[in-house]
Amino acid sequence: MSQAALAARPADVALSAQRPDWLAHTILCLGVLLFALPVWLVFAGSTQDSGAITRGDLSLLPGTDFSAYAHVLTQGTMGTEPVWHMLLVSGAMAIGIAGGKIVISILSAYAVVFFRFPFRRTAFWIIFITLMLPVEVRIIPTYAVMSDFGLINSFTGLTVPLIASATATLLFRQVFVAIPDELVEAARMDGAGPLRFLRDILLPVSAANIAALFVILFVYGWNQYLWPLLVATDPGLDTIVIGIVKMIGVETQTEWSAVMATAVLALLPPIAVVVLMQRWFVAGLTEGEK
Amino acid sequence: MDRRTVFEGKLLPILLVLPQLLLTVFFFLWPAGQAIWSSLTREDPFGLGSTFVGLDNFTDLFTDPLYLASIIRTVIFCAAVSVLAMSIALLLAVFADREIRGRAIYRTLLIWPYAIAPAISAILWLFVLNPQVGLLGRWLNAHGIPWDYTINGGQALFMVIVASAWKQVSYNFIFFLAGLQSIPRAVIEAARMDGAKGWHRFRTITFPLLTPTTFFLLVVNLVYAAFDTFGTIYALTHGGPGKDTETLVIKVYRDGVVNLDLGSSSAQSVILMVGVIALTAIQFRFIGRRTNA
Repeated sequence: MSQAALAARPADVALSAQRPDWLAHTILCLGVLLFALPVWLVFAGSTQDSGAITRGDLSLLPGTDFSAYAHVLTQGTMGTEPVWHMLLVSGAMAIGIAGGKIVISILSAYAVVFFRFPFRRTAFWIIFITLMLPVEVRIIPTYAVMSDFGLINSFTGLTVPLIASATATLLFRQVFVAIPDELVEAARMDGAGPLRFLRDILLPVSAANIAALFVILFVYGWNQYLWPLLVATDPGLDTIVIGIVKMIGVETQTEWSAVMATAVLALLPPIAVVVLMQRWFVAGLTEGEK
Repeated sequence: MDRRTVFEGKLLPILLVLPQLLLTVFFFLWPAGQAIWSSLTREDPFGLGSTFVGLDNFTDLFTDPLYLASIIRTVIFCAAVSVLAMSIALLLAVFADREIRGRAIYRTLLIWPYAIAPAISAILWLFVLNPQVGLLGRWLNAHGIPWDYTINGGQALFMVIVASAWKQVSYNFIFFLAGLQSIPRAVIEAARMDGAKGWHRFRTITFPLLTPTTFFLLVVNLVYAAFDTFGTIYALTHGGPGKDTETLVIKVYRDGVVNLDLGSSSAQSVILMVGVIALTAIQFRFIGRRTNA
């Protein structure tokens, strides 16, 4: 989207040669600061003495002491797992959910678009309905079903129930519907079977969509809070988001610099994914709207 | 949804669609059905069995001043979060859409907060606004402005609104910017030549053309504020002090998981489901699609 929109603006070059647009720069800088400052504050705090922070001496100037990072990574804080373990659980959960959603959504969208089978529309509508039932609205009954399956406190329970995705299925359906009939015809004449067509034509064609969706779903999986809170009470399954909230639970004796170091570590992976894959991500996110 | 050329075969497509269907049935439809069923029953005091009570749980809820207060609180919270997150995002998008130096860098620096988890946003704001350790919270107290969101309900509500809206600005920014970029240059140029300037041009030309984006975002933001902010609120205040930040979702969790009142909690879940279905239906009726996971 952005490439085409930008190309359609011949005035670009001429305008940027004019004097700087100070109002725009001021407002955008304020916006950037609005987001950067709280994160900077937490980074600065992670390098300062915990006792000083408790006394109210948190400063915007970072210190030089990075030992809080080594400490939380290897040992965690009082009563929590070490942070490396939480990062591992979060990473596995995010990748599991993103990968799982993408795979089963591609398969079901492929079936719905390229085949005619009994109850095709019913299947589509059943999947579609999940749009309307986020975890938050079915807390208790979902917990009951999970315990019937014996999935409480298991990694399977943490990931698999979140893998069903109407959004991803709808997105891939949209991509597949737009594929020209001629391409399907040609593939068939070349003797490509359905699975070969999926592998050799559909997957390469939708690579950009898959990348975009991966970013969105990775962030979705990494950021889960209510679901792990509900189905995993075993500290060995604490994600980093769960773990950090536990750390601030005992406010009187919180090791603040440790909490701040953990916050920075919790932020880095999803931010890295968003920034590194920004181009696909932005296009993929807004594309569904057109 | 129909195309002319399709592959033959019945078994293969059924196998392909099966994993998704099974997950949906077991983890979405079944729990939803259970929620509806237990919303119509009541557990006996010993938790040994339950009896069918019809719509009693619902009438109880809608005559319970605490529940009604929670509804009003949720509406205020959602409206405040949506308006705040959308207006800041729109302001930034309008200026990021101008042809200025460093445009790409500004965009990246405004897009990354999309990655912040709601619960982590709460932690970040704790270090800004906590009365003991927070930079700003401490400053307020030192300058004669009593600030403590752990005992003052209004301040607690303000804090969860700020932390929730802050995290959502990036998402709105991405969509507003895409919306602005899809407005044909010729339209803006024509308005410029007719002498429409700055604010006037924005109000009469740009903003009306953004209506579909604005409406889409309004629905997404309301759903976000109503449901996804559980982590933010729970991490910061647990719904307190008292019940001052207890939104409907926090109440379902407190009543069901903490206080184990299954009938009432299920009835509340059903009410929320009706709410989401209504919002989703409105969205599809007017726009066509929603794009969050």
